[in-house]
Amino acid sequence: MALSLKELSQKRDLLSAGHRACAGCAGSTAIRQALLAADVPVVAGCSTGCMEVVTTIYPYTAWRVPFIHNAFENVAATISGVEAAYRALKRQGKIDREIKFIAFGGDGGTYDIGIQALSGAMERGHDMLYICYDNEAYMNTGIQRSGATPHGAATSTSPAGKKIPGKREFRKDLTSVVAAHDIPYVAQAVPSHWRDFMGKVQKALSVNGPSFINVLAPCPRGWRFKDKDSMEMARLAVETCFWPLYEVEKGTWKLTYKPKEKRPITDWIGRQGRFRHLMKEENKHVIDELQANVDYKWEQLLKRCEG
Amino acid sequence: MGKIVALTGNDAAGTAMIQIRPDVVAAFPITPQTELMHKFAEAVADGDVDTEFVSVESEHSAMSAAIGASAAGARVMTATSANGFALMWEVVYIAASYRLPIVMTLVNRALSGPINIHCDHSDSMGGRDAGWIQIHSENSQEVYDNLIQGVKIAENRDVLLPVMVTSDGFILSHTLERMEILDNQGVQDFVGENHPQHTLLDVDHPVTFGPLDLPDYYFEHKRQQVLAMEQAKGAILEVGREFKKLSGRDYWLFEEYQMEGAERAIVALGSTAGTVKETVDALREKGEKVGLIKLRVFRPFPKEELIEALKGIKVLAVFDRSHSFGGFGGPLFSEIRSALYGSDLSLQVLNYIYGLGGRNISLKEIEWVYSDLKEVIETGKVRERINYLGVRG
Repeated sequence: MALSLKELSQKRDLLSAGHRACAGCAGSTAIRQALLAADVPVVAGCSTGCMEVVTTIYPYTAWRVPFIHNAFENVAATISGVEAAYRALKRQGKIDREIKFIAFGGDGGTYDIGIQALSGAMERGHDMLYICYDNEAYMNTGIQRSGATPHGAATSTSPAGKKIPGKREFRKDLTSVVAAHDIPYVAQAVPSHWRDFMGKVQKALSVNGPSFINVLAPCPRGWRFKDKDSMEMARLAVETCFWPLYEVEKGTWKLTYKPKEKRPITDWIGRQGRFRHLMKEENKHVIDELQANVDYKWEQLLKRCEG
Repeated sequence: MGKIVALTGNDAAGTAMIQIRPDVVAAFPITPQTELMHKFAEAVADGDVDTEFVSVESEHSAMSAAIGASAAGARVMTATSANGFALMWEVVYIAASYRLPIVMTLVNRALSGPINIHCDHSDSMGGRDAGWIQIHSENSQEVYDNLIQGVKIAENRDVLLPVMVTSDGFILSHTLERMEILDNQGVQDFVGENHPQHTLLDVDHPVTFGPLDLPDYYFEHKRQQVLAMEQAKGAILEVGREFKKLSGRDYWLFEEYQMEGAERAIVALGSTAGTVKETVDALREKGEKVGLIKLRVFRPFPKEELIEALKGIKVLAVFDRSHSFGGFGGPLFSEIRSALYGSDLSLQVLNYIYGLGGRNISLKEIEWVYSDLKEVIETGKVRERINYLGVRG
């Protein structure tokens, strides 16, 4: 399917309206885009978290595809099992359809508690796409820090205190960690660059074997910005090179979008309440640290992409 | 029809799995379950079964993958022990609540800590409230027979619950025993095809598994699990009758051994029942009125049937191979004593905690228990309600 707005607008949304995500939630946008991108029937799973909670309050479900939620840390293992069942039943001739499998997990369920199951599933080579919707903290339980939370961000468990100005650690580069599994396809994306993201989903679903896409999902509640600005927050994350758009195809790293001019990190964090405390004079060093880290990671990525 | 072989408990379980030919097996190695998985993995490697064998990175993922595969409509089996089962614990409950007929061999081993690889029942008892049917085995034959029956019990439309079949670690799992195996076709015909009603792979009829279930519905769903467990009893009996036709072997909720005219009895689970039988035979030869109830089905707990079987018993010893620290006796004791309270029976019930961490239990010790029970009848007094058998201090 060509990724034109005209065609997409005629396609039936596979995540129905009426779910209970917050206004401006980019996580649900990313899921809609991913499901719309699929050309073949998909079975989806989701780890415990915002997206699972808001889409499946019994007796309702927003999922128009077969869906399973199991627990917080095990969506990769759960979908491994679904895919294994598919392989077994297909081999026995009990099923002849082509079906693809997508596991969705938030950053908590992917970077932290679910990383073991994710790593295992990637290593075993299941034919599945794992999409992490990374909203950079445990938003469902009340904005606690995760391994994905940026340096300096204030969360419920890394508050901006009198002595400690937000999260002290730097975020985990999970996309690189997954790429180190040498799976056929790994990418980073944002829902604001929908054609880039959906193209990546199509590519990921077309490979035979595991694939992984880390999609940044700005969260108005957790990041403290106006809910109309979600896509702008995603765009700024890309323009500041905090969240570069790239893909790793069979070990080859490639930028899929390069900002014309790398904007300072303050252009992104200055719009978010979770970084407000960093604007105080005594915390300016945290911004410098964050900028230095973004610069370092960006240079590292450029080198990888140059091969 | 059958074939006489010598197999360890693990090989017996592996053989049952190979003959059942599940669609998916997901498992992670842990002593003493390992050889069971080796046996099955060899069958996969040799092409004797066309099962998808998912060699997962943890027991948590083993049960998680089993849940995914079962929800997808596959017939799924797994196996674990002790800490592996404990790591699964979260998803063990989820498997039952999603009504997925997964069948698991639990090769009983003591839970850490301290770490110990030998048999006790702290692992299976830790899962007693998880909503799984729990079937205990005395020997390799029963491990094998229970697994084959387990598939059919689990998939019964009125049940749809996961089944755990236990096998005492090392005592059964690593001990060669004479037993009879059925032919492959016989097992295949017995278990039949799995016909799940709703599956994830039915993409034309999408269903949602595992939604958020709040106070307005959760309780009703739990109540349905209770009903399924109640209905399981009938299914266990029905499958037992069918299995007898195939194998000639009798299976019920429990086995009554020398209970005719008995005044003193022991209730035990698993391999210990075999040791108790020896003692019962020896004492019966001396004219003592002793018997044994070997509990096979612990979940659903056969309350009415046990009360009926205990008529005429004056003193009962309940053997627990696990403990509930700070509780009133071991789990089996609490359950049985509670079942008897309010019945027409007025027997004394004593508890014997034994065999923790694989500590051996001897014929002599079992004889002591029967003599303890005799003393209770003669004196009318119970010296100790909760006793520890074969432990220093």
